[in-house]
Amino acid sequence: MSITIKDVEHVANLARLELSEQEKEQFTSQLNAILKYAEKLDELQTDGVEPTSHVLPVHNVTREDVVRESVTNETALRNAPDEEDGQFKVPAVLE
Amino acid sequence: MALFDLRLQEVHNQLKKKELSVGDLVDASYSRIAATDASIQAFLTLNEEGARAAAAEFDGALTAGGELGLLFGLPAGIKDNIVTEGLLTTCASQFLRNYDPIYSATVVKKLKSAQTVTIGKLNMDEFAMGGSNENSSFYPTRNPWNTDYVPGGSSGGSAASVAAGQVYFSLGSDTGGSIRQPAAYCGIVGLKPTYGLVSRYGLVAFASSLDQIGPLTKNVEDSAYVLQAIAGYDANDSTSANVDIPDYVSALTGDVKGLRIGVPKEYLGQGIDPKVKEAVIAALKQFESLGATWEEVSLPHTEYAVATYYLLASSEASSNLARFDGVRYGVRAENPDNLLELYRKSRSQGFGSEVKRRIMLGTYALSSGYYDAYYLKAQKVRTLIKQDFDNVFKDFDLIIGPTAPTPAFRIGEQVGDPLTMYLNDICTIPVSLAGIPAISVPCGFADGLPIGLQIIGKAFDERTVLRAAHAFEQHTEHHKQRPQL
Repeated sequence: MSITIKDVEHVANLARLELSEQEKEQFTSQLNAILKYAEKLDELQTDGVEPTSHVLPVHNVTREDVVRESVTNETALRNAPDEEDGQFKVPAVLE
Repeated sequence: MALFDLRLQEVHNQLKKKELSVGDLVDASYSRIAATDASIQAFLTLNEEGARAAAAEFDGALTAGGELGLLFGLPAGIKDNIVTEGLLTTCASQFLRNYDPIYSATVVKKLKSAQTVTIGKLNMDEFAMGGSNENSSFYPTRNPWNTDYVPGGSSGGSAASVAAGQVYFSLGSDTGGSIRQPAAYCGIVGLKPTYGLVSRYGLVAFASSLDQIGPLTKNVEDSAYVLQAIAGYDANDSTSANVDIPDYVSALTGDVKGLRIGVPKEYLGQGIDPKVKEAVIAALKQFESLGATWEEVSLPHTEYAVATYYLLASSEASSNLARFDGVRYGVRAENPDNLLELYRKSRSQGFGSEVKRRIMLGTYALSSGYYDAYYLKAQKVRTLIKQDFDNVFKDFDLIIGPTAPTPAFRIGEQVGDPLTMYLNDICTIPVSLAGIPAISVPCGFADGLPIGLQIIGKAFDERTVLRAAHAFEQHTEHHKQRPQL
């Protein structure tokens, strides 16, 4: 399996990245090298092997549904690149 | 003897007897930084005003008398992916160059209650992705033993600052070797605890199923003290382990008689520098002379670990780093036409090339049509790698090998070749995938550069890991060597 510049463009779009032409070429060759190396895993027979997503036997952790102290509006907006009326501001989504 | 070379107990006694003040310790830290950091570049942000204020407060407490914790007054450096309220936390990324955290990580709060002094924030590979600190978007940290060489990474600043005597200890984070490998390259002690032992709350996530915070120190005793202060269940981290925390310091008995050590043949085979191998064998003989036994074992899936790791860690990273969209924090690109362009431009301008490469790899591995072939496959191989360790630990108490296949390499030597760079982590990655604890301790030198010995234990058996590391250290002088700066 080998990936092309077109694949790189598709993946960049999924990842919300905008790549320069040079980056596209570089990533195409580097990702091909890494994925070729990863094909090594195909040497292993893994039918029936349980996947490990996590090493600890922990499952969904929930807390009591009670009101707790929370950050203030001002604190939450401390790092906002742009804000208005106590909200994060972004360019219009709908025209 | 330099102030930071005094044993922790000795510093503590001098503080109690008022022969030393916290102000003296903080002065020692900043004057050492002033003298050495132009060449080492371990720090990204200094907390001088905050540290002086804390020192004044703590010295007031000293005068008032009362019980002091053992870490009281010690100058500490914090890796810059651990959030500190009111102190910039950049992850060495342009994206977060102005990020002013609104809360502190649990480990930072724990150190605060132990009354340590935060000296500043330490350089790293951007978002902890890398093994050389060359991926810092600000400047690379240099190895105190030879400034033409890398300090390792990603916790390179954390390791270099301790080796250079700038702080008493530091905190780092380890995802595939990021505490142990720089500790080895810089000739100090670095501990990656069992996954879940130390809270990840406030550690900027790279690969959530692997990330773990741990101490970097000059010796094993300090490592045990710092671990004691930061370990423990935290309801704010849903993967925190709810286990009893034992006394780590009391494990340091010096006695390793009867310990059974397994030595994986895969860790001493192809690609391992002969001088590293020689130092590891000498260390094993040292253990033998202390009454432990060792024999060769096999971790047969070792050769698949690096590929497994890069698929899993990059997949998790691509998901974790989706939060950096330029909306709520971070640097936003100027004048985007619409929201989508705001995301794309902010991310593309804010992330460096290794971060983009891993996001691309992870997004690809998780994308429709490739998920089973790459991500799921890697998760299954992770099971096999974990089983390798489980099998060996049926008959052995510890596994020992090198921390890294070679000593530090030259700055710039591996930059164009990500795959070679990834293979530096061949001995640390399997341990991370299995989630078990491991420490790197100094075990020799090759051409003036330090070599690290990796001691790996069973899950939550940090006591045995620390005991063996400490016993080894008592009979060697490697950890007492200091770089000439």
